Amino acid sequence: MYTQALNSSEGEDRNIEDAALSAQFQARIDTDDRIEPNDWMPAAYRKTLTRQISQHAHSEIVGMLPEGNWITRAPSLRRKAALLAKVQDECGHGLYLYAAAETLGTSREELVDLMLAGKAKYSSIFNYPTLTWADIGTIGWLVDGAAIMNQIPLCRCSYGPYARAMIRVCKEESFHQRQGFEIMVTLCRGTEEQKAMAQDALNRWWWPVLMMFGPPDQSSQHSDTSTKWKIKRFSNDELRQKFVDATVPQAQFLGLTIPDPGMKQNEAGNWEYSTIDWDEFKQVLAGNGPCNRDRLAARRKAHEDGAWVREAAMAYAEKRRQRAVLQAAE
Amino acid sequence: MATPNIPLWEVFIRSRNGLAHKHVGSLHATDATLALQAARDIYTRRGEGLSIWVVPSNAITASDPSEKGMMFEPAESKIYRHPTFYDVPDEVGHM
Repeated sequence: MYTQALNSSEGEDRNIEDAALSAQFQARIDTDDRIEPNDWMPAAYRKTLTRQISQHAHSEIVGMLPEGNWITRAPSLRRKAALLAKVQDECGHGLYLYAAAETLGTSREELVDLMLAGKAKYSSIFNYPTLTWADIGTIGWLVDGAAIMNQIPLCRCSYGPYARAMIRVCKEESFHQRQGFEIMVTLCRGTEEQKAMAQDALNRWWWPVLMMFGPPDQSSQHSDTSTKWKIKRFSNDELRQKFVDATVPQAQFLGLTIPDPGMKQNEAGNWEYSTIDWDEFKQVLAGNGPCNRDRLAARRKAHEDGAWVREAAMAYAEKRRQRAVLQAAE
Repeated sequence: MATPNIPLWEVFIRSRNGLAHKHVGSLHATDATLALQAARDIYTRRGEGLSIWVVPSNAITASDPSEKGMMFEPAESKIYRHPTFYDVPDEVGHM
């Protein structure tokens, strides 16, 4: 999920590596062969994927925070059970992705430490607050909806472990979007106040969700290599358009208004949206969004508070190992 | 301080009786008991399996993909190992 906005390749490293191996590698990619962990790969391919997959994993883990905020205040037991299951899924997605990233040679611990040190990015969308229950509906409907658009092409990514992780993630993501939309339907069929709450959430999330797809194509410098390597199969603008076209009728069904008065349908049937405020996107990515500091502080606290558990588990395993050695010697 | 590395395990799941255990992914755990519990939570949240194996990743010996030519060539050149290599007259019917 959530990497479209962040992925940029390292470019080519033609000077160091064997040209013949590089050509063979590209030939395999061109025939849609999958690359597996022990195969030869250009250093820049490894680096690009390590960064993209780990950022994706960080996004899943940080993404648990805005929704976790509402678990104790969900309006019914049904909603609470569903939200709990969804947040647990996000954790699972993070773990599948860390496992995929590790196959490229960097340990999960190193990747997590980079994130905790503020040196690795995660999706900008999770730096926005969840102020009302309608935000939980909107996140499922729009944020997970956008993530699905982004993730389905990644199921065919050239790197085997990433593609396999994405297949698992996509299977689970559909429940997330549907539970979110169901919350929105319930609110929109409820009282005036409930419907107003749904509209307010849409107003706040719409533009940040469109930003999830990343900078416009003309300003994205690095996607050529990712496209050539079949890591990226659609451009940011293509995916964004697909998402907008799929979402407008859903908003109409809900009776909600997309907060873009300039939006209109063109002759081809595509919905044209107004200019996105890319300055806001840059600010949020640079650490100046509404919740950046909170998110990182929450992750650091969870990591530090869990340190004694990791230590105790390691010590216990070591004690058992020593005991087994002693027993074997008797 | 860097976070200490916790051992890596490979997870295999039998989705239903009669099928073989299949590799589904990997996870980190300090011992086999925790690895099994983590495997249940990470890989079987929707009834994906009836049985789980966890194997320390460093216990696996893998063939080298760059030597796959040499490794698998003996099988490729022995077409007489396949049933279609042999001619059976049509009149005999399905065999």
